[in-house]
Amino acid sequence: MTLTETTYWVVGASFAIYILIAIRARAGTTQEFYVAGKGIHPVANGMATAADWMSAASFISMAGLIGLSYNGYGGSVFLMGWTGGYVILAMLIAPYLRKYGKFTVPEFIGDRYYSDTARVVAVICLIICSVTYVIGQMKGIGVAFSRFLETDYETGLFSGMVIVFFYAVLGGMKGITYTQIAQFCVLIFAYTVPAIFISLQLTGQPIPQLGLGSTLADGTYLLQKLDQTLLDLGFQEYTTSVRGSTLNMAAFTASLMIGTAGLPHVIIRFFTVPTVSAARTSAGWALVFIAILYTTAPAVAAMARLNIMQTLQPEPGQHLAIEERPQWFRNWERTGLLGIEDKNGDGRIQYNANPDTNELVKLDNDILVLVAAGGLAAALSTAAGLLLAISSAISHDLLKRTFMPQISERQELMASRLAMAAAVLGAGYLGLNPPGFAAGTVALAFGLAASSLFPALLLGIFSKRVTREGAVLGMLAGLSVTLTYVFQHKGIMFIPGTQFLGDMPPNWFLGIEPNAFGVVGALVNFAVTLGVTRVTSPPPPEVQALVEEIRVPVSS
Amino acid sequence: MPSEHAAQLRETYWRENRRWMLILGTVWFLVSLGCGVLWVEPLNQFQLGGFKLGFWFAQQGSIFMFIVLIFVYARVMARLEKRLGLGESEA
Repeated sequence: MTLTETTYWVVGASFAIYILIAIRARAGTTQEFYVAGKGIHPVANGMATAADWMSAASFISMAGLIGLSYNGYGGSVFLMGWTGGYVILAMLIAPYLRKYGKFTVPEFIGDRYYSDTARVVAVICLIICSVTYVIGQMKGIGVAFSRFLETDYETGLFSGMVIVFFYAVLGGMKGITYTQIAQFCVLIFAYTVPAIFISLQLTGQPIPQLGLGSTLADGTYLLQKLDQTLLDLGFQEYTTSVRGSTLNMAAFTASLMIGTAGLPHVIIRFFTVPTVSAARTSAGWALVFIAILYTTAPAVAAMARLNIMQTLQPEPGQHLAIEERPQWFRNWERTGLLGIEDKNGDGRIQYNANPDTNELVKLDNDILVLVAAGGLAAALSTAAGLLLAISSAISHDLLKRTFMPQISERQELMASRLAMAAAVLGAGYLGLNPPGFAAGTVALAFGLAASSLFPALLLGIFSKRVTREGAVLGMLAGLSVTLTYVFQHKGIMFIPGTQFLGDMPPNWFLGIEPNAFGVVGALVNFAVTLGVTRVTSPPPPEVQALVEEIRVPVSS
Repeated sequence: MPSEHAAQLRETYWRENRRWMLILGTVWFLVSLGCGVLWVEPLNQFQLGGFKLGFWFAQQGSIFMFIVLIFVYARVMARLEKRLGLGESEA
């Protein structure tokens, strides 16, 4: 059997499992459709959260992002940012929203801020974050298919849409949860096995996390060797190259952390466990499962980088001939994520830090892990979670809670299925016509969640005094500050040529890059919310009682 | 309405909760933004096996600590709820 045939079998089998789950886990009530009947075991929910969380970008491009685009140490912002957020989630957000015990994030904001305006503003923030995020997933599905099943991008995207459509429309949160658990197993297996082989091959150490700190065959430490190789080619040292400035690194990390704690599709996963204390332990389990991949990724990053350098330049000054490039290299070229441009026409690949002579191109945001049938599992699971967040905001918050409160439960269930179907089609359309780079749009989603939803949630739990006027204006201020900053440097809706301030460090505010701006937006949000709260009258007593009530697990 | 005693228990619970959040939150900040970003250069003077120490915190150490922090928090809160009778099973 050829490699492609084997891949078809493996992917086909995993799809069959997803469909089987979809048929068995149909949702019969809105409670099942929105929060899986609140009956998911904390460890199982941890696994589902991990799959929900680890996106196509984590799987396909994380190692490349760290190893190549961010040159090692600079990539730490993603590692710390995308894991550290779970501590905030476990301590400051998840237990209280679980106690509140309803279905969606905008629903909490609407009730806590006693206002349909707040609810609708929260829905808008949610849709902007989730839609920017889902575009990256749809793109990931297309890329994974075209790379591993040798279809073209469009066919791959359609196949992925059909699968998601099936289990998300039928099963809602219930179907999504069980498929996410299966998808976690597929993706973590697909990620760690090759990593173990790479680690064994380079360092003789089977555990990649330890391999990263081990010695190579010649007795030098892997990281030391990598630092030296990079310095020789004019790059910065791998273990110390800072991204921008220390302030930029700190802001980037903080933005990703609080963005994590404010992303609705992650928060609603904690609505599915039976108790408040289960929500806390479940966050811990989620992080355990996430950490398996997120500590393997930096090991793969360093090892793959060293591997690439040594493949392209076996001896100093000797460059690999283009015709002799290995098969994995050609495979990635087909996806459009990697390319060669023979600038000096000598038929060899010069790879170095000088943009005028470097011939390895298009490495910017995407890239180069050597394997990935799991990329599909990662993309599908995250897409499904996001689509549920979007569709439940529409059917529950906009229809049931705001514009058509008279509809029955059966009608709402039907509406939620229709909203899900529409969301899948919309996401597919955006996947075919993506407005920007996958990684770029994902990072924007974090900035927006950090600056709009996170402060409203945090203050809603920890302050009884914050008012609806404060929260609404705060959310709008945070959202617009972040969007304006991103658009002025990256182009309006990422359309090239529409940026009115160039995308370059001298034009950045305090040297903070657009993707790292969420934390500044969040500070603006806090300031506006607290300022407006001081001059508006306090919330009604029943809202203050609600805050009292969600702070303790026991019901009075 | 909860009685005065119950209100007092809730008051204690919330105060203890905030204390733990402050302690664990400080550790959270120190291992990630502290050791991983702000003090990474001085820490890189030290080696941990094949790792520079600051680099290790940024790419592995902080993540391991995050896991420990969440489970410690879950544990102390469960105990606190049991002691004060505010857990779900007591409801």
